[in-house]
Amino acid sequence: MENIPTYTAKDFATDQDVRWCPGCGDYSILKQMQSTIAEAGVNKKDIVFVSGIGCSSRFPYYMDTFGIHSIHGRATAMASGLKAARPDLSVWVITGDGDSLSIGGNHLIHLLRRNFDLNVLLFNNEIYGLTKGQYSPTSPKGQVTKSTPMGSLDHPFNPQALALGADATFVARTMDRDPKHMREILAAGNAHKGTSLIEIYQNCNVFNDGAFGVYTDKATKADSTITINEGEPLIFGEDRNKGIRLNGMKPEVVSLDEYSMEDLWIHDSSDRMKATILSRMFDNNVLEGGLPRPFGVFYQEDRFRYEESMQEQLDKAVSLKGEGDLDALIQGTHTWEVG
Amino acid sequence: MTKTTEKKKDVTILFAGDSGDGMQLTGSLFTNTNAIYGNDISTFPNFPAEIRAPQGTVAGVSGFKLHFASVDIFTPGDDVEVLVAMNAAALKANLDQLKIGGTVIANTAGFDKKNLRLAKYDDESNPLLDHTLDKFRVIEIDVTKMTKEALINTGLGTKEIDRCKNMFVLGFLLWMYNRSMETTQKFITEKFAKNEVVKDANLTVLKAGYYFGDTNETFTSRYEVESAHLPKGSYRSIMGNQAAALGAIVGAKKAGLELFYGSYPITPASDILHELARHKNYGVKTFQAEDEIAAVCAAIGASYGGSLGVTASSGPGIALKGEAIGLAIMLEIPLLIINVQRGGPSTGLPTKTEQSDLMQAMYGRNGEAPLAIVSASSPSDCFDAMMEAVRITVEHMTPVIFLSDGFIANGSEPWSYPKAVDLPKITPRFADPEKSLDDGAYYPYRRNADLVREWAIPGMENLQHRVGGLEKENETGNVSYDPHNHELMVKIRQEKVDLIANDIPEQELAQGESQGKLLVLGWGSTYGAIRTAVREAMEEGHKVSQAHLRYISPFPKNLGDLLSGFDQVLIPEMNNGQLIHLINAKYGSGAIGLNKIQGMPFASREIKERILELV
Repeated sequence: MENIPTYTAKDFATDQDVRWCPGCGDYSILKQMQSTIAEAGVNKKDIVFVSGIGCSSRFPYYMDTFGIHSIHGRATAMASGLKAARPDLSVWVITGDGDSLSIGGNHLIHLLRRNFDLNVLLFNNEIYGLTKGQYSPTSPKGQVTKSTPMGSLDHPFNPQALALGADATFVARTMDRDPKHMREILAAGNAHKGTSLIEIYQNCNVFNDGAFGVYTDKATKADSTITINEGEPLIFGEDRNKGIRLNGMKPEVVSLDEYSMEDLWIHDSSDRMKATILSRMFDNNVLEGGLPRPFGVFYQEDRFRYEESMQEQLDKAVSLKGEGDLDALIQGTHTWEVG
Repeated sequence: MTKTTEKKKDVTILFAGDSGDGMQLTGSLFTNTNAIYGNDISTFPNFPAEIRAPQGTVAGVSGFKLHFASVDIFTPGDDVEVLVAMNAAALKANLDQLKIGGTVIANTAGFDKKNLRLAKYDDESNPLLDHTLDKFRVIEIDVTKMTKEALINTGLGTKEIDRCKNMFVLGFLLWMYNRSMETTQKFITEKFAKNEVVKDANLTVLKAGYYFGDTNETFTSRYEVESAHLPKGSYRSIMGNQAAALGAIVGAKKAGLELFYGSYPITPASDILHELARHKNYGVKTFQAEDEIAAVCAAIGASYGGSLGVTASSGPGIALKGEAIGLAIMLEIPLLIINVQRGGPSTGLPTKTEQSDLMQAMYGRNGEAPLAIVSASSPSDCFDAMMEAVRITVEHMTPVIFLSDGFIANGSEPWSYPKAVDLPKITPRFADPEKSLDDGAYYPYRRNADLVREWAIPGMENLQHRVGGLEKENETGNVSYDPHNHELMVKIRQEKVDLIANDIPEQELAQGESQGKLLVLGWGSTYGAIRTAVREAMEEGHKVSQAHLRYISPFPKNLGDLLSGFDQVLIPEMNNGQLIHLINAKYGSGAIGLNKIQGMPFASREIKERILELV
């Protein structure tokens, strides 16, 4: 076994000044990432951060690992080729809602179905920050932005549902304002063998401040969010007196005064159908009275990794035909002599 | 009755029929027999863009042109001597290529009322019966009926029987050109090893065609094209796309790198993917991506990881890859981009050939984005040119565009193949974790005398660094918006490509003296037609020379001097004039263009006519 140095979060900081706006949610994500990776037991020479374009995509410059700040929407494609060529590396894709769901939407879904063993951190701030404030594919319908003065007309993407629809093998959600939860989810994603899609609610305090306020503000958080933990009943609320039960396929908020724990939905991240229902707990947060927004690991399954299958085919070809001989390749099957 | 054999120097045959008639296979099998016999050979398949275009129509005609000779030849032939027409549409589509006095072998069953109507012959008049073919020799055979009769008691259905009729034609031609059936029989036996009935049917029909020629008293003469005096060596037949694929595998091995091929299917480049996917036991990783952009990005990711990243497409796909190629230029890592050109713009002519992406290769990216360009001039040259492309991308840490086109990609010729041990080694410039640090710091954009930076890949201890598409600070590679640094880096990236000129051979003449009245300068697949035209003009006493470019970016160092030895320079291109812009801009040589933009290669005659006008 290779000797892995003992790291602290500071070992992963670079000499570059971090240039996000003061107060940006990205700072928290960077900090949690540095802490998590320090404990991941991987040598930093074997770690690569790959990003696309957008505020979040500056991330690799701030991690003392290998890194590529690539082009808009393509980090997922770039990382696929890297992982196919180098299955030994720990690969992290850093992307935003515009980068991965708009210009790079195609590559994201194909990455998820292929299931390369890498991690995707999707910083969702429901806005285009780097281009100074246009609506994004996750902005709620009607959002007024620079490009939509009368409100956006687009129905927004639901990243969790999208990922499940693309047959992702690890789907989770966390938020910038909950560092502890984020570290747990990052570690769980890293431990998962396959593509881990981790959506992180991230506040853009300049162009979309408070987009997730209802989930992060002390006054509203407890009643508008629910943390899902494996094998535990779905309970939430300021007084932990509310639960969610499944009435057939329909989730309902119930009071624990009227229902017992046994009546509640027990979280099982291996259940794709239930994960789909969880992902649909996606009520518009501007409106009141809906279901709480879930945070945690929605779904997880063990499925073959593309790069492993690719290598298996190569090995199989060698076992069937033998190690390739260049002269045999050049000659082909039909030759003739002249002279 | 005795049959005579007439010797011929060379013959051009065009097999034409419905795209479902199996003409490509018939042509290739006849080619293989002649190749093994020792003829020099050049072929050119020509097929419709639709997989099964409407049967019997001119749009649905698929053709395979074969030129075989007892002398060395460089093109699939200008004029056709024998036209095999499986139906009326095949005749109509190709008759203008048949030389006067040439032979038509017509399948009469393909000239019934329905076929004549589908081929849009006026009033359904039959060209076999009116005066259309007066200037030609016509051999009428009811191939459909003969095939049926040969297979009468086999229990095969009409459809399956019909599929064998190309073997009748092949058998007949093998007889006509004095060739043995052996190679074809071997092929059929191997191909249909698992289907006894179909195997026997094909063998029966092949023989029926052969013996039909032998016993039928109408056919009194056979032809013989003796083996060519090709240089001594071991030969195989090879197609351009195949040669390009082999060149990439061998090049990667010679560089000690894994080959990663990211690609999205597109005509006429897909065969490279098919070929590479067959060679997994050589450690080749092929990745069929979700689109052209993902294909090139995956290749860049692989190169970043230390593999040789290769992607291929045709013009429309290269357009989509443009932004990513720009990234690879900024990253300064190896990336090989193959463009098998086809008629454009837009979707253009997917199955036809053209050389119209040269400017796209040179300039088709945002910003100042220079890279190296290598082009192939014949099917077998795709191998050598590809080896050079691999060498340059690896040793100079720059993306390289490899230009081929539909003509040489699908065309074939005999190839005196090399031994692997004789091929040059390629040396990647990997960073060394022990030596690359300067006082504990790593400078990823420090360069050698050729301005080439090191290749530091993940896994190298202490060499962690960040790269990206934002402008780099000189040496450190950190993001920099400094105005002077940007200008410096733009100049460095250009100079780095220019300096490759020190590492490629000087331009040589393909034929002729180094001074004279006229130099014919070409690039890519026009080589054969130019070679033939110049040779004929020289034989007629004209002071003409030929030079053919493999390296287009940068040009060979001596190109300007070479051009200045001639009163005039003629540049034939299958486009509206692209190389001529580069040459005239750089050398002010006042070159004259000769342009053909018909989706078809030049006939050497067309080039020769222009040469004679100029001298």
